[in-house]
Amino acid sequence: MKGGFQSRRAPLLGAYAFLVYAFLYFPIIVLVVYSFNGFGVGGFPPANWTLDWYRQLFTDGALWDAVLNSVIVAAVAVAIALGLGLPAALALDRTDFPGKALFRRLVLLPLILPGIITGLSLLMLFVAVGMKLSLVTITLGHGTALISVATTEIFAGLQKLERAQEEASLDLGANHWKTFWRVTLPNLRVSLIAAGLLIFTLSLDEIAVSFFLIGRDNTLPLEIWSRLRRGITPEINAISTLILFFSIGMILLWYRLRTRLQGAKESAAPLVPASIEGETA
Amino acid sequence: MYSRAYKAGVTIPPLLWVSVFLLVPYAILFCYSFWSVSPAQVIVHNWNLQNYLQLARNPIYLQVLFRSMRIAASVTVFALLLGYPLAYYLSFHAAKRKDLLYQLVIIPLWASYLVRGYAWKTILGSDGVLNGFLQYLHITHKPVEFFLYSPFAVIITLTHIYTPFTLLPIYASLEHIPRNLVEASHDLGSSPWSTFRRVILPLSLPGALAGATFAFVLTLGDFLAPLLVGGPSGVMISNVVVSLFGAAYNWPLGAAISFCMMLLVVTLLFVTERLEKRLAVS
Repeated sequence: MKGGFQSRRAPLLGAYAFLVYAFLYFPIIVLVVYSFNGFGVGGFPPANWTLDWYRQLFTDGALWDAVLNSVIVAAVAVAIALGLGLPAALALDRTDFPGKALFRRLVLLPLILPGIITGLSLLMLFVAVGMKLSLVTITLGHGTALISVATTEIFAGLQKLERAQEEASLDLGANHWKTFWRVTLPNLRVSLIAAGLLIFTLSLDEIAVSFFLIGRDNTLPLEIWSRLRRGITPEINAISTLILFFSIGMILLWYRLRTRLQGAKESAAPLVPASIEGETA
Repeated sequence: MYSRAYKAGVTIPPLLWVSVFLLVPYAILFCYSFWSVSPAQVIVHNWNLQNYLQLARNPIYLQVLFRSMRIAASVTVFALLLGYPLAYYLSFHAAKRKDLLYQLVIIPLWASYLVRGYAWKTILGSDGVLNGFLQYLHITHKPVEFFLYSPFAVIITLTHIYTPFTLLPIYASLEHIPRNLVEASHDLGSSPWSTFRRVILPLSLPGALAGATFAFVLTLGDFLAPLLVGGPSGVMISNVVVSLFGAAYNWPLGAAISFCMMLLVVTLLFVTERLEKRLAVS
């Protein structure tokens, strides 16, 4: 019986699934629609369509300063997270050492621990060593919290890796370092790029940890946050719309890279982000 | 197989970093929870259990904690009610559109928390989209105030944010169910409902448990949604911590609450992990 159970039609379930998608996308659609609304962020129906909010946005210096800050923070956070996540993933995949289970848990903890705890503990560390809060402290916070994402993503990549190539390289006389640079790293390229994209996006959007580590200069989410307290205009809808489309682009790119990585071998594999599945693995 | 230098090279840097930036900070947090603040607003390093005793004695903290747990439980239930059927649909009925529909779940999973929280604020506000819509249809004649700044607003916002997190482990566990088991049950004459109840549901329970844990833990520690849409009646335990670290200036007490939260979360993770393993074996 081909297909059997699977091909059975389930119109009610389909309708329910549609409603769940509607719930997930409804606020996003409202946000985008009202970024063109001349009458403000609320009310119904939206009317007086305008691009003014976007025009206002592009001449808003403080906002673009915050964007620049966020991009710098995210770029350095990607470097920190990948720079430590790669060895961490190699260590988890290939070595045994006392306390390995504890190490894994500690690295992955910021993934599931509420951001407030990571943020506050780091705040206390920086105060204890007398470090002034600034973009540097935020960057250290993002980098540290996102090592978890880097580790799980790269770990997933390592598991898909053909070990035969590395063994061949070693058999042919290359040492471990040479093999790492010439064979392992090039093979992990796609994993690293995918992980980097995801970390960059998450850092750009991060607010819970940054909330406690902020100095004088705002990142973009914190700039938006401080404006929300002063009253809201559709300019925030406009910048949110741009953030959203940027995130969607990055996420889809990350997803494509991951699919390419896994697709060849097992096309039906569930493409759960390793970051999440890793928690139960 | 790997040389000692290689092992040290991949182990020591992350171990060192994680120790300095995670382990030491957690330890400092723990230390703070035994200290106190003098009337002159200076932190005094005399060790005692005063902060923990205060938490146990003053009912306000327990009240807020219980409210937070109620909100977290509600979000968990709603996220499961929305996430499970969708995961099931994706895994068993989406057929050719599976990949596209899966991507449609991934997008809201990783897309900005703040943007989505803000969107709900504009929808639920007293001059918001929902009130505008109700008045447009002449269902109400003046703005309904209770949409925003209520536990209800926190629950709907966080359900929206954490449903994709809940769905993913469920979907993963459904995808791991061997399809021939399902077909065998079907061929042996089980109705789709009894196949679901006897075969699919038990095998997907570990995933559902993992998803529920995500929703519960992440909601419990959330402080942004209450600030954004919660108002005074939607205050959660993390908001108390935020104010103790801010205007109320009592870091030690805030640290004690944080440590209790951390303990709660880690215990919960430990218990659910055990349960997941047991469910997966039986």
